[in-house]
Amino acid sequence: MDARRGVRAVPKVRQVGFFTANPPPPSRSQSVPADSTSPPLSDSPASGNSLSPVMIPPPRHLSDNLSHLRSAAVPVPDSSSRRPIAGEHVTVVGSYNPPDSVLGEVVSPNFSEDNSEASTTLGWFGKSGSGKFTPGSSFPGGGFDLTTVKSEKFTAKDAKKNTGVPETSGGVAVEAQNDIPSSSKPTKAESKAKPTKAERRALQESQRAAKAAAKGEGNKSAVASGGATSGKPTKQSSQKKDDPLVVSSIVGADKKTGDRSVDKERKKDVPPPRMQFDDKNRVGKAKKRAMFNQTEARNRVELFRHLPQYEHGSQLPHLESKFFQLDSMHPAVYKVGLQYMSGYICGGNARCIAMLQSFQEAIKDYSTPTEKTLVRDLTAKISSYVSFLIECRPLSMSMGNAIRFLKSRIANLPLTLSESEAKAIICKDIDQFIYEKIILADKVIVGHAATKVRDGDVLLTYGSSCVVEMIMLHAHELGKQFRVVVVDSRPKLEGQTLLRRLVAKGLSCTYTHLNAVSYIMHEVTRVFLGASSVLSNGTVYSRVGTACVAMVAHAFRVPVLICCEAYKFHERVQLDSICSNELGDPEAIAKVPGRKDVNYLDDRANKENLQLLNLMYDATPSDYISMIVTDYGMIPPTSVPVIVREYRREHLLIG
Amino acid sequence: MWWRSASFILDNSRNPVNDDVPPDSITISPPPLTDSTAAAAPTLQIPNFNRNMSMSAYYQTRAAHHGVVTSDWLAQAQEAAAATGAVDGQEDGGGGTGGRAFSVIDEFNSWRKQPDLAEAVAAIRALAAVIRNSEANTMMELEIELKKASDSLKSWDTTSISLTAGCDLFMRYVTRTSALEYEEFNSAKCRLIERAEKFGEISCKARRIIAMLSQDFIFDGCTILVHGFSRVVLELLKTAAQNKKLFRVLCTEGRPDRTGLRLSNELAKLDVPVKLLIDSAVAYTMDEVDMVFVGADGVVESGGIINMMGTYQIALVAHSMNKPVYVAAESYKFARLYPLDQKDMSPALRPIDFGVPIPSKVEVETSARDYTPPQYLTLLFTDLGVLTPSVVSDELIQLYL
Repeated sequence: MDARRGVRAVPKVRQVGFFTANPPPPSRSQSVPADSTSPPLSDSPASGNSLSPVMIPPPRHLSDNLSHLRSAAVPVPDSSSRRPIAGEHVTVVGSYNPPDSVLGEVVSPNFSEDNSEASTTLGWFGKSGSGKFTPGSSFPGGGFDLTTVKSEKFTAKDAKKNTGVPETSGGVAVEAQNDIPSSSKPTKAESKAKPTKAERRALQESQRAAKAAAKGEGNKSAVASGGATSGKPTKQSSQKKDDPLVVSSIVGADKKTGDRSVDKERKKDVPPPRMQFDDKNRVGKAKKRAMFNQTEARNRVELFRHLPQYEHGSQLPHLESKFFQLDSMHPAVYKVGLQYMSGYICGGNARCIAMLQSFQEAIKDYSTPTEKTLVRDLTAKISSYVSFLIECRPLSMSMGNAIRFLKSRIANLPLTLSESEAKAIICKDIDQFIYEKIILADKVIVGHAATKVRDGDVLLTYGSSCVVEMIMLHAHELGKQFRVVVVDSRPKLEGQTLLRRLVAKGLSCTYTHLNAVSYIMHEVTRVFLGASSVLSNGTVYSRVGTACVAMVAHAFRVPVLICCEAYKFHERVQLDSICSNELGDPEAIAKVPGRKDVNYLDDRANKENLQLLNLMYDATPSDYISMIVTDYGMIPPTSVPVIVREYRREHLLIG
Repeated sequence: MWWRSASFILDNSRNPVNDDVPPDSITISPPPLTDSTAAAAPTLQIPNFNRNMSMSAYYQTRAAHHGVVTSDWLAQAQEAAAATGAVDGQEDGGGGTGGRAFSVIDEFNSWRKQPDLAEAVAAIRALAAVIRNSEANTMMELEIELKKASDSLKSWDTTSISLTAGCDLFMRYVTRTSALEYEEFNSAKCRLIERAEKFGEISCKARRIIAMLSQDFIFDGCTILVHGFSRVVLELLKTAAQNKKLFRVLCTEGRPDRTGLRLSNELAKLDVPVKLLIDSAVAYTMDEVDMVFVGADGVVESGGIINMMGTYQIALVAHSMNKPVYVAAESYKFARLYPLDQKDMSPALRPIDFGVPIPSKVEVETSARDYTPPQYLTLLFTDLGVLTPSVVSDELIQLYL
């Protein structure tokens, strides 16, 4: 399990996502700003960054104040105001940060850059919805990355605490912290009101000091003691009396260290929540580490701000030009990353296989550096590859499962093995995974599903799923007489590729678009759908539009069969398509290629009151699903948890 | 579907081809066969039992047990028996048991003549007899032999779910029990036979467990609707009567083999107030019913049941009136099947006596059972406990994976 995909911590994810994803629409509520020059003291905590009055943001680095300032000061939605700042940020920080660069170095230029408060803090919290997040483990220095990950975790946790969610595991330190943020908040606001140069200097110094302390803590934090945590609160309170300015940052640093021991323990069983892209702290952190040119997405749809914004088109040439600079990235991984980004490789299985094979290449060329063990270093290496791939395109859950498998295999290698042996074993494992979990699984699924095709059937499928295609071809080879309805939708029109292959094999097909699905459903007797992932409450996470097809089929009492390999099953529970999803290119839905006459949106794409939403996936509730065909046989959607359990056990047996 | 859209013109050209396949020979012909072998290739004339006999063996046995046999039925049964006899010989010639006089199917047939023995138990006893007669020297050989026997048994009567499930269960026990691997061959063989012998007891015990479990659900003054004759349901009601519960039973008639009549006879002997209904009066009486009890031929992976024709409509009516539908079934009836709709099963056929001659042009639906989807069932009483339908799949996965 790589650090990013904090899939099991769903409540936490939801909380963070929804706190920040539900701001009052800025354009309406703040169309007449109270005072654009001075930061509003009274209403900023409530209206600023969509933080409810109860929820006081972590007081560490003033980033929230920054956002208050910004959103309140400008009458238009914050997106327009954010853009120039982000651009500015890019020019300062530089788009390419080698993974081993120290955080402090990157930060320092910012302070001299501008004397507005906003940009002062930008170095720490460069705000961008499009920022890609790299997990801490991409840093070679083991101790160092711990601090970053922890501090990011901390924000989420702190937020939760402040809303009154009882946090038991925090112990003494947490109890003390519960009241400190609220008390330190007003002082901070005061300090914000009149930032003098001297004060800012002091702030910077304190932040730097805190950072250094945190780093020091981090390096030895493997067995962070409980004693340290209990010592912190007293220190905080004493300092608070002295200097209200320094307090905020020091408190943050203290909390970071205090929480670390708790976090450390927890991290073992609960992975950190996934990246929330409206969480500016974390996005800023991630952005510094990313090797991409971060651009700011425009006009983001409110509910989906927490998702990574689409920016692939603009990134591709940029990244291609950097091919020879990336010393840490293996060329095979790099290639696959570019292929993901350009959309050359798409489809769950293809992406997963490409990823695993690129890892295989990388492992073949890998040699353990001196004074390092293969197990630890290779895991870190894989993590850095994974984070690169995520920057190219968010991983699917099936790929997460595959990575988890790979890491567990690496972690469980006997220490006595020589390097070449270990590498051979891992490569063999990867081959085995691809063969058993994907290729063989598909064969089994095809065998099962073909028994459900009868003569005279009319099968409907949506989009292009390779398993469904194999099923239809297999049933056709068996001599069954059936017809296929391929339902498709803009903008990807994947169904056409499927249709092309089916027609070439001599199947009789009907092609229609999603708009006509309720008409065509009358004559359909079976609906076969693929899935990107199946979640443990039976929800099927698949190409956007699948839920619609399944719902219509359910209404017409047509059985819906989901064909999905068991390695795509995930123990997460998801109720809607909002929490985790992927955003596609908004241009793709605004423009129709090859149609010059459809140009109504050409000049409107940059309007602030127009938001384009191109979702990639949706969640189909289990009520609409009659059967899930997996390599374990045909099961009802209620039995997914059983398979997940069995599957994990199998993993443990192998690994 | 009468509302078929224009694109379905394609289908019309195919239909005549399909109609040609089953020859219009007998008056009670099976409906145009939906399983793949029949319609796919007329050239592939493998002896398909469903086509040769118009009554499935499962229902023959039941008819014999129940003793409610019409003259028409007897003639059909004899004809069917002749057909199966011929096929038997064929199979034995080609099958693994060929060299010897012993035939697993004969064995099975002799076992299932016993009225109180469930089909699955008979199957397992027959397989035990295979072990006993086996000349195999290693476990592997024995396994292969058993596999052949169970396959021939399963293909002999594809319609009986509990036969299939029983065979699968026993095979699973033979192949997956790790204790057997470390034992000396002869003792392992003995252990298998012992296990098979015990299975009959287990089946009887399962019925008692189910009867005990269900007592909490039967309250004084309740009205129970029962469909079909199920030994488990009878046991359950018997126990309730013995426990001095005061309840009333409504029995459906259970056409065409009138299983309801038989159940009402049994219940009358126990002094339980019984009322007989014709099958079509279910909806009429549903508002005075407190719960519905049915047995099951098989419990499938979705949690739905396959049971005597009419169960589905009773479940639908009960569901629409918010009455609970309880299923009593032993766990050896759990089968790894997953029908998506009514036609998605190998049909078990049963002749229907209408009392008057039916013109040869009129087709008769002779399917003997239907599939009730899980959303219309409330609870399943099994020897594993009282389960919701969704647990069935969990149990099956744990059993067979």
